[in-house]
Amino acid sequence: MIRLENITIGYGERILLRDITAGFAAGALTALVGRNGTGKSTLMRAITGLGEYLSGEVILRGKSLKELTPAQMSQTIAFVNTERIRVANLSCRDVVSLGRSPYTNWIGKMQPEDEQIVMRSLSLVGMESYASRSMDQMSDGECQRVMIARALAQQTPIILLDEPTSFLDMPNRYELCSLLASLAHDEGKCVLFSTHELDIAISLCDTIALIDPPTLHHLPANEMVHSGHIERLFSSSKVYFDPVSGSVRAK
Amino acid sequence: MKKRNTILFIVLSVAVVMLFFLDVGTGSVGIPLGDVWRALLGSDVDPTTVKIVRDIRLVKALVAIATGVALSVSGLLMQTLFRNPLAGPYVLGISSGASLGVAIFILGAPILGLAANSMGTAVGIAGAAWIGSALILVVIAAVSRKIKDIMVILILGMMFSSGVSALVQVLQYLSNEEALKSFVIWTMGSLGDVTASQLWLLIPAVVLGLVISIAVIKPLNLLLLGENYARTMGLNVKHSRQLIFLATTLLAGTVTAFCGPISFVGLAVPHVARALFREADHRVLMPGAALCGAVVLLFCDLISKLLTLPINTITALLGIPIVVWVVIRNK
Repeated sequence: MIRLENITIGYGERILLRDITAGFAAGALTALVGRNGTGKSTLMRAITGLGEYLSGEVILRGKSLKELTPAQMSQTIAFVNTERIRVANLSCRDVVSLGRSPYTNWIGKMQPEDEQIVMRSLSLVGMESYASRSMDQMSDGECQRVMIARALAQQTPIILLDEPTSFLDMPNRYELCSLLASLAHDEGKCVLFSTHELDIAISLCDTIALIDPPTLHHLPANEMVHSGHIERLFSSSKVYFDPVSGSVRAK
Repeated sequence: MKKRNTILFIVLSVAVVMLFFLDVGTGSVGIPLGDVWRALLGSDVDPTTVKIVRDIRLVKALVAIATGVALSVSGLLMQTLFRNPLAGPYVLGISSGASLGVAIFILGAPILGLAANSMGTAVGIAGAAWIGSALILVVIAAVSRKIKDIMVILILGMMFSSGVSALVQVLQYLSNEEALKSFVIWTMGSLGDVTASQLWLLIPAVVLGLVISIAVIKPLNLLLLGENYARTMGLNVKHSRQLIFLATTLLAGTVTAFCGPISFVGLAVPHVARALFREADHRVLMPGAALCGAVVLLFCDLISKLLTLPINTITALLGIPIVVWVVIRNK
């Protein structure tokens, strides 16, 4: 679904990732992990077309990103970021309906079919009873779910999420990630999300993409645990990675 | 459409029509309502009455509607684009930009020894206001791309306004009495200085601004979620931004050119529309804000006639409490 070919990412002189080649398949949930400032968000933004990359090619469904129009992009990739949308009077249904905009006319008229897709998207994230609730009256976890429903309404084969679990408490983090896993496994979508939650990534994701500046290791989750990459990158004088429990612990 | 919205639209439309006739029926010269009606229809009444009703009152009422609609819609565009409830043509310095343009034209033209006929002056003032407001808008937009903090943008808008006032004062200092007087009168804001022939420039410019505004309703809805989301949902943000700026320049720039800087309408009325309709969808908010704007300006014009006060004082006294309410509610 997503193929990165010899991608180099950075700002001017500072190279974050060099000559990366990786592929992300349909029906798989992938966590993108890495230390702060190693280029997780920058890579995400490059794949969604929001940011630039210095060289290489991003191939989406067999087509180069650079050849896709904004309209085609919006039907290929849906993106969820950490921005908190708190607009007064904007209901959950309104937000999810905006996800239909690649398919609606110049003024955004919703057809009965669009309405159905909106309600189905809301129910997939378990928010159907919140449809008429205003966005400024919801918790962070609820907002995040609505934004994911919006991405679902966009009906794209690929969904990218930039740190969707930040702002959420522990149970919500797990629930959100199992939701992402079911979207990948049951709906056959290619789901890629960046996160700092190593234990969640290891227990719920199919594959893990680990940024080891300036390269990227992409392995099935269990292989990644025993590869030694995580120990090396996430250890310091104060903490170590325990492959048995799959988590980072204090020494 | 929701039943509540339909009722609100009907109530507001009726209010616009009623206030319009009330506005045409009110003035410094007492004319019986029957005569006003006959003068409007063109049946035979005293020619002076026809002149007063048609050339003065009718024009003024139409200008009030155009001004209310234009300022309110441009305020709505700015608030959505900058994602800030305190954005508006006045706060962002767009009206000041128009003032600078007009100042250069009114005060600068006599210095250069230029004198034109009335229509030429009208076109010149409008053009100067458009250029002035567009310039400020482009600068604000360029800065807002680099700096995401909206507080900085608002402070910059205020600085622009102050800078512009200083420049205008320099021009005033250099000007002759006659030009100075006509400029000072312009800055007080007035709906009554527009002549019937100038209406032919004012109305088409405002209508064009409104047509562009309607064309960007879907982009505005997408921009509610911010630029990143709007782009990933297929919006050509750059293109939409340009259209929004063009519409704002046409709406706020034109009205400022002809009626002077009328404060607080663009800032406050979109909030009135939001509070009434309880919607964020621009398909409802835009016509809602337009109707509210027309009601507010017709009402302000009526009050200003009854109390013989400049329109700017009325809009400020009505608008300030609304702005204070918005600021406190957002805390």
